[in-house]
Amino acid sequence: MTGSVYALMATGLTLIFGVMDIINLAQGILVILGAYLSYALQVHLHIDLFVGLLITIPTMFFVGIVIERAFIGRLKGPEKTAMSILVTYAVSLLIEGTLNMVFSTNDVQLHAWYVDKSFALGNVHFAYIYVAGFFLAAILLSALYVMLYRTRFGASIRASLADQTAAALVGIDVKRVSTICFGIGVAVTAAGGMIYGATNSFNASTSYDLISRLLTIIVLGGMGSLGGAMLAGVGMVFIGDMVGVIWSPIWSSMSYFIVLTLVLLVRPQGLFGKPLVRVA
Amino acid sequence: MNTKRKLFKTLSATSVAAVLALVLSACGTAKPNAASTTTTSKSGSGGSSLAAGAPVKIGISLSLSGDFSADGQAFKQGYELWAADVNKTGGLLGHQVVLKIVSDASDPTQVVTNYQQLISSDHVNLTFGPFSSLLSLPSAKAVSRYGYALVEGAGGAPSVFQAGLNNLFDVSLPVANDLVPFANWVTSLPAASRPQTVAYVTSNDPFTQPQVTTIIPTLTKAGIKSVYNHVFPAEVTDFTPIADAVAAAKPQAVVLGSVDVPTVSAFMQAFEQSGYTPKVFVATGGPDQGSTFIKAVGLKNANGMMVPNAWYGGSANPLSKAMVAKYIAKYGGTAAGVSSDVAEAYSVGEVVAQAVKATGGFDNAKIIAYLHGNHTMSSVQGPVKFNKLGMNITPTAFTFQWQGSKFVQVNPVSDPNSVKVLYPKPAW
Repeated sequence: MTGSVYALMATGLTLIFGVMDIINLAQGILVILGAYLSYALQVHLHIDLFVGLLITIPTMFFVGIVIERAFIGRLKGPEKTAMSILVTYAVSLLIEGTLNMVFSTNDVQLHAWYVDKSFALGNVHFAYIYVAGFFLAAILLSALYVMLYRTRFGASIRASLADQTAAALVGIDVKRVSTICFGIGVAVTAAGGMIYGATNSFNASTSYDLISRLLTIIVLGGMGSLGGAMLAGVGMVFIGDMVGVIWSPIWSSMSYFIVLTLVLLVRPQGLFGKPLVRVA
Repeated sequence: MNTKRKLFKTLSATSVAAVLALVLSACGTAKPNAASTTTTSKSGSGGSSLAAGAPVKIGISLSLSGDFSADGQAFKQGYELWAADVNKTGGLLGHQVVLKIVSDASDPTQVVTNYQQLISSDHVNLTFGPFSSLLSLPSAKAVSRYGYALVEGAGGAPSVFQAGLNNLFDVSLPVANDLVPFANWVTSLPAASRPQTVAYVTSNDPFTQPQVTTIIPTLTKAGIKSVYNHVFPAEVTDFTPIADAVAAAKPQAVVLGSVDVPTVSAFMQAFEQSGYTPKVFVATGGPDQGSTFIKAVGLKNANGMMVPNAWYGGSANPLSKAMVAKYIAKYGGTAAGVSSDVAEAYSVGEVVAQAVKATGGFDNAKIIAYLHGNHTMSSVQGPVKFNKLGMNITPTAFTFQWQGSKFVQVNPVSDPNSVKVLYPKPAW
């Protein structure tokens, strides 16, 4: 169930790369920003974590639009992808510094009555927060699927994913699509951040671990592949947890990277990525 | 040509953006305050003599971000509280204390760079230690190249002293025997009420692992069977599968080697979600972080949690009481909410101040010789006396427990300040 939340966060990252050729290193800190927004709503306005998503998701969408317009949208040329690494890293440092100033570096965690409670089915306990997080991720991913495959705008996104130049040639406003895509990719971090913040203590520096996980997920799944991100997100957590329980926690992280390495040896483009042909 | 110009413009703009971001981030971690200003002196020599009226600069690298950020912040409070107190009484030998604190992001490589810069560029007169054994050892090695003493309060792992550094001094309790009073109490329980099974789960951190390893033979000899014994990498952030595995084994006692609040709170949350409550739950770090711990887990869940340490906010030590009162006046809260990190940092300042006064100056060689001179000094954590390895040989290990809203001493049982252990631990 935890994997579905990582899948949600990674989907945003791979969507941004797929449409815009942007590697968003700020995705991790944006997840934490989403968590802090939920924290602020809960502590100061006593708004429930899930109800608060009605505020935080649109807010993060707006934050994504601002970041894209202020920084990302200005990147052009053949070095755009490489430059995006530097720019998004700088953005992540800005956000991290701001969060440290506003909230300090003390660890915090989101609290609600259902965060620590669980229900039992036989001998197995299911924590309410993980079940709710799973359904939230399923709903949002389903909504994303419907948008991508059942709407005209979704067709524009898929066209841009396939080939930006061709999409522009057929009259798709690729720049507008890119901006909205970035906003969507950041908006999902609000939901992921809330679940993450409810199940982990966090501060701004927690983002470094998050972004490293998200990047490995989209590499395994195939950069630009939404289905791949979902499968890899669930798979990463599943592999690590199984090894930790059956064998030893020492090998949890390593086992996932062994799988990643083996997959990349056989399929360098990842599970569902498109192979690229190098022009000699 | 136009393409090149555009590329150059883009590169310039993004470079400026990156630099601005770095500067802003740094600004967020170093704030000047009344007690400790972070001005640097280009003419400072870092030597033993100071002009009349010149401030004495003390260089410190602290984990203001990263894994140890909560502890780093508490250490900063302790150092600044000490500096403010000593400056109120005229400073050290008539020189006002100025703390130059830089952030190491909990990184062992960065901490070395920081101390090198503090000494060679900022020309600080003295150096105080960072947080954690992981950072204290490389720091001590770095400053020893310049002949500086490194007095620290949070680097008590055996590996730190095994390095045999002459300039390293830890004012706090050496960690290896921290859990011994706890183990002695468990084995003293009548066989019928003693826990029958135990889980040992620890990170592979030089602070946690020795503590857990030390008590395994004691508990095993008392017939307490180990049902789970695993070490997890310190880099792990998702503790749920590990905690679930511990809960599935249903041990009656859990010994958790944790360095911080996030680790212990993750285990507590997973245990609660699994519907499992151990009869005894002791963690090597986390529950001693006062209000930070309570905010993370809630007062109800904290009830019954145990942790070893040499100090707590309710200590009867007069120096400690005075420090706690000043802390509360400055930062608010209660005595139980004061992190032990604050006391550790404050003790560093106290010990160095006594060494400076005894040697009559800021000569690091003389300070090192004095600290190795078998002298007993006083601190908020109690008496301090170093052996040849720089280990404080005087403190006593205690076990503390949250009982309601109070953080109380429960072990050693024979100590007159110990109260009865809340056993078994109440359900979550």
